[in-house]
Amino acid sequence: MSTINANVTYNYKVVRQFAIMTVVWGVVGMALGVLIAAQLVWPQLNFDLPWTHFGRLRPLHTNAVIFGFGGSALFATSYYVVQRTCQARLFSDKLASFTFWGWQAVLVSAVITLPLGLTSTKEYAELEWPIDILIAVVWISYAAVFFGTIVKRSTPHIYVANWFYAAFIITIAVLHIGNNMALPVSLFKSYSAYAGVTDAMMQWWWGHNAVGFFLTAGFLGMMYYFVPKQADRPVYSYRLSIVHFWALIATYVWAGGHHLHYSALPDWAQTAGMVMSLILLAPSWGGMINGMMTLSGAWHKLRTDPILRFLVVSLSFYGMSTFEGPMMSIKTVNALSHNTDWTIGHVHAGALGWVAMISIGSIYHLIPKLWGIRAMYSTSLINVHFWLATVGTVLYIVAMWVNGIMQGLMWRAVNDDGTLTYSFVQALEASWPGYLVRFLGGVIFLSGMIVMAWNVWMTIRQKDAVAVDNVAAQPA
Amino acid sequence: MSTFWSIWISVIVLGTIFGCWWLLWATRKSQTTDTETTKTTGHSYDGIEEYDNPLPKWWFYLYMGTCIFALVYLALYPGLGNWQGLLGWSQHGQWEEEVKEADARYSEIYAQYGNTPIEELVADPAAMAMGQRLFANNCSVCHGSAGRGSIGFPNLTDDDWLWGGDPETVFTTIKNGRHGNMPAKGTMPGMTAEQVDQVVNYVLSFSNRARDEAAAEAGAQVFQQACVACHGVDGTGNQALGAPDLTNNVWLYGSDYEWIEETVLYGRQNEMPAQGGRLSDDQIHILTAYVLSLSSN
Repeated sequence: MSTINANVTYNYKVVRQFAIMTVVWGVVGMALGVLIAAQLVWPQLNFDLPWTHFGRLRPLHTNAVIFGFGGSALFATSYYVVQRTCQARLFSDKLASFTFWGWQAVLVSAVITLPLGLTSTKEYAELEWPIDILIAVVWISYAAVFFGTIVKRSTPHIYVANWFYAAFIITIAVLHIGNNMALPVSLFKSYSAYAGVTDAMMQWWWGHNAVGFFLTAGFLGMMYYFVPKQADRPVYSYRLSIVHFWALIATYVWAGGHHLHYSALPDWAQTAGMVMSLILLAPSWGGMINGMMTLSGAWHKLRTDPILRFLVVSLSFYGMSTFEGPMMSIKTVNALSHNTDWTIGHVHAGALGWVAMISIGSIYHLIPKLWGIRAMYSTSLINVHFWLATVGTVLYIVAMWVNGIMQGLMWRAVNDDGTLTYSFVQALEASWPGYLVRFLGGVIFLSGMIVMAWNVWMTIRQKDAVAVDNVAAQPA
Repeated sequence: MSTFWSIWISVIVLGTIFGCWWLLWATRKSQTTDTETTKTTGHSYDGIEEYDNPLPKWWFYLYMGTCIFALVYLALYPGLGNWQGLLGWSQHGQWEEEVKEADARYSEIYAQYGNTPIEELVADPAAMAMGQRLFANNCSVCHGSAGRGSIGFPNLTDDDWLWGGDPETVFTTIKNGRHGNMPAKGTMPGMTAEQVDQVVNYVLSFSNRARDEAAAEAGAQVFQQACVACHGVDGTGNQALGAPDLTNNVWLYGSDYEWIEETVLYGRQNEMPAQGGRLSDDQIHILTAYVLSLSSN
């Protein structure tokens, strides 16, 4: 049943802008990550300056990769996917353009204010209140463009990718506004509207859903378009997508409490956070299964198509880290893992393995289409990137597993008289080799991103590459 | 919490679990086939079609399993509002249990030294090894692992004592803590900038440091008015008040002009936290011996 409407044109300009910025912020954010990883190996690299101190650059790294790299990838792909699967042009070109420039303004503000030490101190929500307001305005505009496009669609139903993008947009709007409620005392200083443990719970309600919705639901939307597209296969199971979608979004919002085990948070909220996190295993794996099984009958394509390799390996890492997450949410496991490098490793299994790899695969799929050419400049460079990304991720995760479990065991070891066997510094010293391996993993992953930047640059400056803003609807 | 909130929480927690469970069942029940199919839903989005495949069986049972685990867990542990759980577990209860166990296991080890005089403990390598571990766990974060302190944190190896170095006083310091308070400008709130300069130079003269001799001479009078109440006429301090001896080479804060000027201008507040609630008297007894051993060589 083909319903191609030849009169519709698509807005590719904003998609192209966000696609390019995905690569730019990817290189910037990951380079910052490599720098702070190096600072943990060689503390002299803090340069004894406040602006380059680990404590200020770490939030800049997380903001640049999550909101710069991940955010740009989500904007680019959601604008592309919603147009193509709804067979409708974006609801408003002007508003879409505003979301691009507004979002970049947010990111540039982060680059300026975070090294200056202006921070609300909430993790993944460090930006101060004027920037938070700009984020809210951009986000609501984003919602208007996205849902406006859904409303004017010329297809009878809404494709599953758009359900995930929609859930991600709505939830992030609610949680961003909710968590950042604050009383400003000056232009760059505010105090949270919540106090004590309520503030902590609000923060992790947001914090875990920055993971669950920004870094998961949004990217599942990406997966549901680019995996079947690149594999040229139908989605494995429509039924599975219904169940795992509703279960995922209903359960994820509960999970934040597991960040506050054994704290002042009441027992009931910790327990609810833990059991919902365990239930999350199946809905998460539903997405992995649906992606993986879509490839059945097309496995041979993996031999020749490195873009498909990125997409499949990202699903493997997604499956692995969504198994690891529920395990870590169990109180007794968390008592060992909390505050150790294991958490950092878990986050990066998701961030590098899942989020970055699916974004990279999708951008490689997108770039040639956005410039009206057949393929990327070099397929073998995509393959090189694939191996750099995979090896870098594995080194990173393994180093952090080893460090994390070692730290957890050292911190809890006691002598015969009940005193602690190791001081904090001893555990830190023992972590040094792991920090070095993690740094190397980061360097390898970053070098892959630089290969990508080069490949993208060479692709779009080819003679026959033309940036077309208004593309007539046609099979991609 | 009130009954309303308790019910509210229970309803939305169970509602979420059973809601998803219902969707799972309903979707499975309406399946047109139990085996893999190539039938699609008939939709095509930008060329993407969707198979009408059944839910994978192992996945269905995995989902059911986690839901059942969650419900059993919620029956056993506190999760549904005010429901305390069949096991009566709470994190506070667990903590108290663990502390009780630790006390039972370790208190005897420390009790064997409880009545040993300090001089004997200092000479006992096993007791000192224990003291060293207690010190590393509880004291080294401020006083340093070797007990040499740093700015604002007293050096424990130099045999100079703010509050007194006899065993009873050191024991009291560890158990109850100390609050050091140097008021800004001492007992002379109206001290002028010139007088501050003079008294700083006078203080420098006690330990024969580089100074402006004329200012130091004038400072003697300011010192009489502002400082003697605590530091004494000759500047040797008063351990009853924790007032430091200004005539030696031991300085809790810096010893040059700028540091002393800051101390005079703004005063100092310093806190040694009480360890009494965390450590037993027997443990503090061993720590006292260990601390005194640091300066006895």
